[in-house]
This record gives sequence, structure tokens and C-alpha cells, in this order.
Amino acid sequence: MLAFILRRILQSIAVLVAVGLVSFSLFRYVGDPINAMVGQDTTMEEREQLREKLGLNDAAPIQFLRFIGNAARGNFGLSYRTSEPVGRLILERVPATLELSFCAAVFVLFVGVPMGVYTGLYPRHWSSRLLQAVSLIGISLPTFLIGILLILVFAVMLHWLPSFGRGETVRIGWWTTNFLTWSGLKALILPAITLGLFQLTLIMRLVRSEMLEVMRTDYIKFARARGLTNRAINFGHALKNTLVPVITVAGLQLGSLIAFAVVTETVFAWPGVGQLFIQSVQFSDIPVMAAYLLLIGLFFVLINLIVDLLYFAVDPRLRSQGGSARVAGH
Amino acid sequence: MTTPSNNPPLLEVKNLRVEFPTRRGTLLAVDDISFDIAPGEVLGMVGESGAGKSLTGNAIIGLLEPPGCIAGGEIRLEGRRIDNLPYEEMRKVRGARIGAIFQDPLTSLNPLYSIGRQLVETIQTHLPLSAAQARTRALDLLKEVGIPGAETRIDHYPHQFSGGMRQRVVIALALCAGPRLIVADEPTTALDVSIQAQIIALLKRLCREHGTAVMLVTHDMGVIAETADRVAVMYAGRIAEVGPVRDVVKHAKHPYTKGLMGSIPSLGVRTERLTQIDGAMPRLTEIPEGCAFNPRCTERGTRCLVERPDLMAAGTSRAACWLHDRGGVGAPLMAQRSGGETVDA
Repeated sequence: MLAFILRRILQSIAVLVAVGLVSFSLFRYVGDPINAMVGQDTTMEEREQLREKLGLNDAAPIQFLRFIGNAARGNFGLSYRTSEPVGRLILERVPATLELSFCAAVFVLFVGVPMGVYTGLYPRHWSSRLLQAVSLIGISLPTFLIGILLILVFAVMLHWLPSFGRGETVRIGWWTTNFLTWSGLKALILPAITLGLFQLTLIMRLVRSEMLEVMRTDYIKFARARGLTNRAINFGHALKNTLVPVITVAGLQLGSLIAFAVVTETVFAWPGVGQLFIQSVQFSDIPVMAAYLLLIGLFFVLINLIVDLLYFAVDPRLRSQGGSARVAGH
Repeated sequence: MTTPSNNPPLLEVKNLRVEFPTRRGTLLAVDDISFDIAPGEVLGMVGESGAGKSLTGNAIIGLLEPPGCIAGGEIRLEGRRIDNLPYEEMRKVRGARIGAIFQDPLTSLNPLYSIGRQLVETIQTHLPLSAAQARTRALDLLKEVGIPGAETRIDHYPHQFSGGMRQRVVIALALCAGPRLIVADEPTTALDVSIQAQIIALLKRLCREHGTAVMLVTHDMGVIAETADRVAVMYAGRIAEVGPVRDVVKHAKHPYTKGLMGSIPSLGVRTERLTQIDGAMPRLTEIPEGCAFNPRCTERGTRCLVERPDLMAAGTSRAACWLHDRGGVGAPLMAQRSGGETVDA
């Protein structure tokens, strides 16, 4: 078990170094940052000085090692656009994105899984068919369109919810949170639904097909023959057996909720890292883009690590493989 | 041997019909069968695949898979009618009054729960016991079914047990709440031969000790001969013959049973070739008029083509064959297929 975790952590570090290489190559191949930083009338000498100061004249491997070393310490250099430290820029924006993604994930899991269970248990019921049909819409409509439609209905026509921004936030240390004010909570609703809807339909369909599969198994029939209650069978025996694939997909989805918050943040003018990234792309603010890439890589790696550990919690068959318990002969 | 006439039967099945509505009409998979099981009795149920024996078992525990449904007749357990109980009522009967054992022990247990948890959960569903008491009972059951080192094994997961051990756990699960009847659907088919005998011996011993009746569904005549008190032979959804196991094995009354018995190799008797019954059991859509066995029967007569025999007394057994009716089979006919019974060299 411990060996497994260590191995996983080493793999995670390797993945992060690879992501680092990609984000580093941004510096080398996406235009000349000096041009973006200086005015038309800057002399060649001044440009050369700046180049030297930023370390752009060193050999590529040295620059890469320096980049990785700095990144590991949370130092991503200065933004070309605002000349602020990139680390601070991102840190200011991260709470907004994480809270939005968290709400979307809660929405996905707490609505999607029960919907999947329901449609899996009663596949022929008209309401299941309706949910299936509606979920098709969720899958086929693009995120920005859903966001705009929601804004049109709930903000423009009904005036129930705000159409942009985070509303009032409360500062706790460096973290700003939406959860402690009424307007902050209201501001979360539409973006979270927009961000989560696609994933929700995916989770629902996955849980549904897994449930259908599990309900046909012998151990479910035997559980019925033992006279267990429906509740114990459906939510204990059946749901737990659908969890391994669901956890896998849910983990990946949580990662992409964070990564693809870009579109939702743009539609709702949500001041998160996604929006920061879009702005940085427009200004080819490479340090911010590179740091964003690394950050998303880090989230994915962390989530996958947690998913791997959850497998162990769910499935005893994995636990015993490296462990002490052995399959006993007859 | 228990004679059903002395005691009121534990299980009464009367004119049971199981239907499968399909697009091309309704299939009658179990056609009007009746039998009793006395308390503590082991009734063997044999027949080819598709004869309806498993369906009968599933109908008794109330777990017919849709679209299959009971279309007629009644099932009584201890005098109480159970075939028309609402789901929740029947759930309380299952596990508590009727236990079930299925064919494949490898897949009967939930892989994600320890066997102790599955036992405790079943016990607590049916008996008013605390968690600790339920665990003690679970431990006792595991010891009783012969799991070595039950104290540690109780917290193990199904994949840590071999097939035979898992079937023992399944038996413990079926016995959890002290049922009066166990429906064992091919309990040994998935096990290898040396373990089959152990499991059968175990099942037999436990049921004798607990006074539990067993409906043993199998296609293995050897298992029946060893274990059962009485045997019912099913053919194409009907009971062809039912009687004390010794009489049915030694002196089969129905031509189908005779064919079945002739097809089993026996030690001591040297036979060049075993008997074979020509043809195959008819599909449910093509059951012939009259006796369902008539196209394959070597002793058929004109009457067999038009009139369906019900079970009638034939010595100590009862057989559904006109041979045992005073009227007889009518004018003799050759079997449709060439030859027929023994294909001796």
C-alpha cells in the first residue's frame, strides 16, 4: 500500500515535469515576449538589457531547470502584462475558480448520481425516459450556449439571479470566499449549473448503464433471495458496485471542471484563473500561461492520486493484491 | 423417508403455470404442475435445460425474472398462500422462511462486502438481534458449514475464498434465519467433482439437523439419487414422473424417465452403448398435441397424439403416461424418428 502510494507520487512528479516542459516551451516558441513588454521606441540596448535581466539569453536546458526550480518554489516570475508576480496573480484568482468548480462538482455528483440510480432502477418508467431525453440536450448543447440561455431566463427575464461576477465575497486570509454572503451564493448558482450540466449528463448516463449491468448480476439476485430490503440492495449492494468506474470518471471530470471553467468564467465574467488565462493569451503573457498550465497539471495529478486511493477504499480485491491476505485454497 | 400423506405439507404447489409474454405470443414455460414438499423432505427436481425446473424454483421464491410471471395456480408455504403476496411481504418470506442457493458461488456473493457483513446484514434483516449477537450467530453458522478458522475468515472478502468455500458461505447465508425450505438451484454444477460431493453431503447434513426441507434443482441424476427422498422429473414444462427416488431410479414408469436412467453409465453393469433418447426436447413454441414427449417416445400409441396425460398412479410413483391408464396408449405407433431406444452395437 505504502509502496503503491510512493510509486504513484513519483509518477505524479514525472507527469508534472513533463507538463513543465510543455509550459516552458511556451517561452521559447510563442513569440518574443520583449516585443510585448516594451514600447516602439525602446532601443536595442535596452531590449538587450531586459533580455539579460529576464535570463532569456541562457541556454535552453539551463532556463528549463531554472524554470522548474522556481516553479517548485511557487515562483513563476513577473507577468509581462502587469509586472506583478505571477504566483500572486494566480493565487488571487484560484479561490474563485476552485469554489465554482467545487459547486459544479457537488451539483454533478448529488444530482447526477441519484438520477443515474433512478433511471437505472426503473429504465422503463416514463420519467426515466424523459430524463434520458433531457440529458441528450445537456450533452449536445455547448456550454456557452447553456450559460447564455440561463442568463437570458434567470437574470434578464426573471431577475432572480445575477448575470455576472462573484457578488460580495468575504476574505479569509488570502482566500476569498463566496460562501458567506447571500449575493455570493446567488452568484454561484448559474455558473455552477452551466459548468456542471455537461458532466452531470455524462455521470447520469454512466451510473445508469452501470446500474443496469449490476442489477443483472447473480449477487443482486442472491441478495433479493436473502430477503434484503430494496434500499439495502439498491444503495448498498448495487450502487457500491458501480462506484469504481464512476469514481474514475468523476475524478477526470472534476479535473476538467477546473480546466474548462475557462468558457464559463468568460460567459459569466467570473474573476477566476480561467479568465486570467484568456486575458493572458490575448497579451501573450507567457509566464501566466505557463503557470496556469502547471497549475491545471497539478490539479489533475492530485485528483488522480486521490482517485487511485479511493479505489482501495472501495474495492477489497485491490487491497489484498499487494497486501498480506492471500487467496486461500480449498 | 418422510411420507407426505402423514404430515401437512410444508410447500404445496398447485396447478402452477409460468408464462413468458413475447412478441410472437405467450410461451408457457411451466405448464400446470403440482407437487408437495413435506417438512424436512428433500425433493429432487430433474430435467433437461429448459424443462422449467429452475423457473419453478424461481416462482417459489418469488423471483421470476420479468417478463416471466405466474399465470395461474397457487403456491402455499405452511398453509399460507405466497404466490400473490405483495413484494414487501414476499421479501420477508424470502431468507426467513425460504432460503435459496444458486448455481454459481463465485458470483453469488457481493465482491465488495466481507462475508461477515453479508451474513450479519441478512441475519439482522430477519431476526431481532443486535450487531454483536448477529455476528456471533454468523460465526456459528460459518463453523457449522465447515469454514476453518471462522474467527478470522469472517472478515475476509469473497475473492479470498475458493469456490467450494464460497458455496459453503452461500449455504450459511441461506440458513441464516432458519428457513423451513431451501430452494437449491444447481448448487454444485459450478464446482469440481470432488467438492460437489462435499457440498452435497454438507447440505444434506445441515438440512437434516435443522429439519429444513430442500427443493434440489439439478440435471445431475447422481446427486439426486444420493440426496433426495423423492424426485420429480420434468419435461417440457410438465412433471413427467414423481415418486420415491429409489423407485424412480430402479423402476422408472415414464418412458422419458426410463430413457434418462438408461443414459447414465453405471458401475458393475457392462454396457456396450448407453441408451439414447432420439431427438431433443421441443421448443416451447412447438410443443406437440397430446403428450409432449410423444415424438420421441418408443411406446406411444394413437391416444398419445391427441390426449394429454395427467399424473396418474403407477406403482409407488405417479407418472404422466397413458401406459399406466386403464385405457392404455391406444393403437401402437412407431416413433417418428428412425430406431428409437437402445442403439446396441
